[in-house]
Amino acid sequence: MRTLEQTTREVLDLATKHFQLPAGSLAPDDDFFKKLGIDSLQTLEMLSRLENHFGIELPDYEVQGVSDFKTLAGRIQSRL
Amino acid sequence: MLDLGKYQSIGAALKDALDRFADEVCLIEADRERDKERLTYCNFRERAHPLAKALQDASFSAGDRASIIMTNQSKWLISAYAVFFAGGVLVPLDYKLTPDEQWQLLKHSGATVLITEYPIWRQLSASEGRASAKVQTVLVTEASPNADLAGAQRWEEFRGKGEPTFVARTRKDTACIVYSSGTGGRPKGCMMTHENYLEQCVALTSIYPFWPGVRYLSILPTNHAIDFMVGFFGPFTCGAAVVHLRTLRPEYVREAFPKYKITYVSLVPLVLKNLQKGLQARFDGLPAGRRKVFDALVAINKMLTKSRPQLGISRLLLKQVHEAFGGELRAIIVGGAFTEPRTLQFFYDLGIPVANGYGLTEAGTAITVNDLRPFRSDTVGKPLPGMEVRIVNVAGDGVGEVAVRSKTVMAGYLHDPELTAETIVDGWLMTGDLGKFDEHGHLQLSGRKKNMIVTEEGKNIYPEDIESVFEGLPVKEFCVFAANYVWPKRSMTGERLVLVLHLDTGQQFSNELRADINARNQRLLNYKRIHGVVLLEEDFPRTASLKIKRNVLAERLGKLDSSTAVLPL
Repeated sequence: MRTLEQTTREVLDLATKHFQLPAGSLAPDDDFFKKLGIDSLQTLEMLSRLENHFGIELPDYEVQGVSDFKTLAGRIQSRL
Repeated sequence: MLDLGKYQSIGAALKDALDRFADEVCLIEADRERDKERLTYCNFRERAHPLAKALQDASFSAGDRASIIMTNQSKWLISAYAVFFAGGVLVPLDYKLTPDEQWQLLKHSGATVLITEYPIWRQLSASEGRASAKVQTVLVTEASPNADLAGAQRWEEFRGKGEPTFVARTRKDTACIVYSSGTGGRPKGCMMTHENYLEQCVALTSIYPFWPGVRYLSILPTNHAIDFMVGFFGPFTCGAAVVHLRTLRPEYVREAFPKYKITYVSLVPLVLKNLQKGLQARFDGLPAGRRKVFDALVAINKMLTKSRPQLGISRLLLKQVHEAFGGELRAIIVGGAFTEPRTLQFFYDLGIPVANGYGLTEAGTAITVNDLRPFRSDTVGKPLPGMEVRIVNVAGDGVGEVAVRSKTVMAGYLHDPELTAETIVDGWLMTGDLGKFDEHGHLQLSGRKKNMIVTEEGKNIYPEDIESVFEGLPVKEFCVFAANYVWPKRSMTGERLVLVLHLDTGQQFSNELRADINARNQRLLNYKRIHGVVLLEEDFPRTASLKIKRNVLAERLGKLDSSTAVLPL
């Protein structure tokens, strides 16, 4: 079983790869809308990638209003 | 042509439709690749009637208000029908609002019944706003067996025995209270009458008809005026089917078109542009030879569809593109915000008409719509049948404010006669949008008179509604504006909000202050955030009751050069 810290790290690594950013450029508290300049649709695309990685289904309502990686990792963690 | 003249209410029209189209499929619900539910009109009635009976057993009666806060799914429509059957007033709320905002609107609407999904209720029940609302009955769907219901009842078990009694309403009675904005400040609860919906339905289906066999893909939230009309009332009165997806991930939305042979879909401009981007990337990736052939076919299609769409020809010429959309798509309805002409043209050139139009909740969904005869990407179309549209306070360039008079215009704003009187003047709805008619009777929009923005996701944001998040900011005074309101430009895209600050004497716009603003900004949903700061070194003009005179302040700010005055955050 992963710890929340591990999950958060994996979320950051995947987002970094997904958006082709230099390693280490994202932090847990970063607001992904602002930091990545993405819209709600691009967020959904990122979620699909996270679902595949963690082998879970993350319903759309679970991520309503979530805009930072730490909270997102928490939502994923609760479904692992 | 659809005739709803004999009906007095939404409930009466739907009740008749459920009988008339009993064996037709009305709802398909899918969750990712799984088909979850498929209901005929008869099945739909069997689900809705026990709910209506249970509501009546719980003393829910004519004029009582019931709110729905749900994602797009079959239980949304079943619940709405039960409310109308029992003579109730529906208060559809946006599930994307925060719990505090939802409670605020529940309180304002006076809803006594709330129908919602368990995950939404989990957040709502934990919010302090609950104490002040009048909600007595809460029904939650899809709660797990061990879920803590926090005072709610399970929707699936809320069933009355025996047949409910149909409660008649008149055309002038309120059918829905729809919030066009106002979560942070002055709630704008549009009181929509049964007549508003009956008339709008007839007008819209005269141009974009539904019939048994038509499948509408419901993606826009059903609380939104467009989806309520074309994703519920319109198709149901005509015996068509509505397809709901429980996830809006682009890959599943794409799959739904061929899987369910979709006929119509409504999208906001943001999604349409995303679709365009994806298609363009695929076209650009074609080998040179195939690209040449493809471009030639598009050119032929353009030529053949110049005066009107020719779906059969377009589907033959551009087979692969149309097959990706299921091969039966007749039109994409786009709404909620202004769409760039080049995006509209892109799809039309592929033989996929985009039903571009213009409307606002207060006018009962759509005011104008492109009738595609011929297709025009540079306008929002002609007024729908039954709509009187005129341009008032016309300036030198022919542009003025768009005013509308029609049976589809709301009765007024709930609990706000003052705002109603400002908005509906001598029977004309003053839209606050600027535009002019061209020589063919097409409306061309060119900006806004009102201090608000509409995002590409179709969200209306009023600056007053987000100011509370900046309360307590250590400055002398502040105010939020739509940049286009201060520095008018003839455009309805790329709209932004700015925060105007008047600093204390000797105070600097420090990094600390910038960080404070950024932190507060992040508390807002992403589409509500401000994009820059303007510093003003003078007192804000105020009324005797110390309210900011926004129009006077905007005039003063307008003298500044926007390219240098707006500091990025």
